[in-house]
Amino acid sequence: MAPSQKTYFEEFKKGILHENPVAVMLLGICSSLAVTNTVKNSLAMGLAVVFVTVASSALVSLVRKFVPGEVRIATYIVIISGFVTLADLFFKAFFPGISKTLGPYVPLIVVNCIIMARAEVHASKYPVISSIADAVGMGVGYTWVLLAVGTVREILGFGSIFGFTILSEKVFNPWIVMILPPGAFITLGLLIGLINYIKSRKHRISL
Amino acid sequence: MKSSSASMIIALSVTAVVVGGLLAGFYHLVHPRIEENRIAEERMAIFAVLQGAENYDIIEKEIAGARGKKEAVRIFKGIDKEGKTVGYAFIAEGPGFQGVIKMMVGLNIGSKKLSGMNVLEQVETPGLGNKITEERFTSQFKNLSIEPKIEYIKNKKPEKPNQIQAITGATISSKAVVNGVNNRMKLILDILSPKMKIKEG
Repeated sequence: MAPSQKTYFEEFKKGILHENPVAVMLLGICSSLAVTNTVKNSLAMGLAVVFVTVASSALVSLVRKFVPGEVRIATYIVIISGFVTLADLFFKAFFPGISKTLGPYVPLIVVNCIIMARAEVHASKYPVISSIADAVGMGVGYTWVLLAVGTVREILGFGSIFGFTILSEKVFNPWIVMILPPGAFITLGLLIGLINYIKSRKHRISL
Repeated sequence: MKSSSASMIIALSVTAVVVGGLLAGFYHLVHPRIEENRIAEERMAIFAVLQGAENYDIIEKEIAGARGKKEAVRIFKGIDKEGKTVGYAFIAEGPGFQGVIKMMVGLNIGSKKLSGMNVLEQVETPGLGNKITEERFTSQFKNLSIEPKIEYIKNKKPEKPNQIQAITGATISSKAVVNGVNNRMKLILDILSPKMKIKEG
């Protein structure tokens, strides 16, 4: 098993922008579109995904030498769904309000391909600490995209941020479209466009 | 590289047992809290629709449901400080625009009026149908006459004591609430006071 060529910081950093799971790899789009109508929901969902990704990547990496290749995917799924259920129970017990608004999307983290991808691409091939660094980076990459989309949608859709009204209804008519699914597509599409633009400019300069 | 069946079975079994054990332990730990949250939420909803209630008793009744199955109906009897009954609350459901709308309804049998209505769960369209959760809509159910049944009216102020005004652009959601309340109320009245006479329209 070849050790990772990258430093832990590099493993962490790649998930933030260059290999961002949502904005670049376009994984986990379903949940990113569904829960981002407020900043609070985006943050809760992001943190849940960070927890599940880190915990399952660490465990997958720990057991990577004992699990036969033929059953590795089944093992990942059992591990991932275990942590997802843990996160779901945690929300239900301590943040019932958030649990209610996120609805089925917390249990659905089980089939979030970001986590599966990290288990298969990274954690099953690299040591534990490197896998954790990779998972934290991916989780943070997912979370910041959700927060960015959530911020735009909440400001335009509700005139508020984190539930605090910043644009009064007297001066601003909320755009209902931003709360609905199309608002998510528009916002995320523009964000991906912006990231691609920045990346292409950087590329040109470095040439 | 081919692995033996035994190693595969062992790997999967161990993973399943360890993860299962972890979950069982955590569930055991947080379950009382989840249950507490559920009851607290129920209490709040009941007290919101039964003014003056300080406590409540749960009346459970089995009725014949769909396809010969027995269905359990729960009625909450609100009690004030002196132990007098202030009214009954029950949960009603109706098919909304996208999913089931669940609401808590307060009923005063003596005066044949509703004492309140609150939406517990809904997935109606934000900005339109989800206005059924707003005070402006729900407050109309307070002191609403149930004779002969509650009704909705569109685009104008209610004229009769048993009418509410539907939300403009969200008639389906408003209708779901009204029909859901009516259907359940009939059953609740049958259970609580079968002899009660409701004027037919």
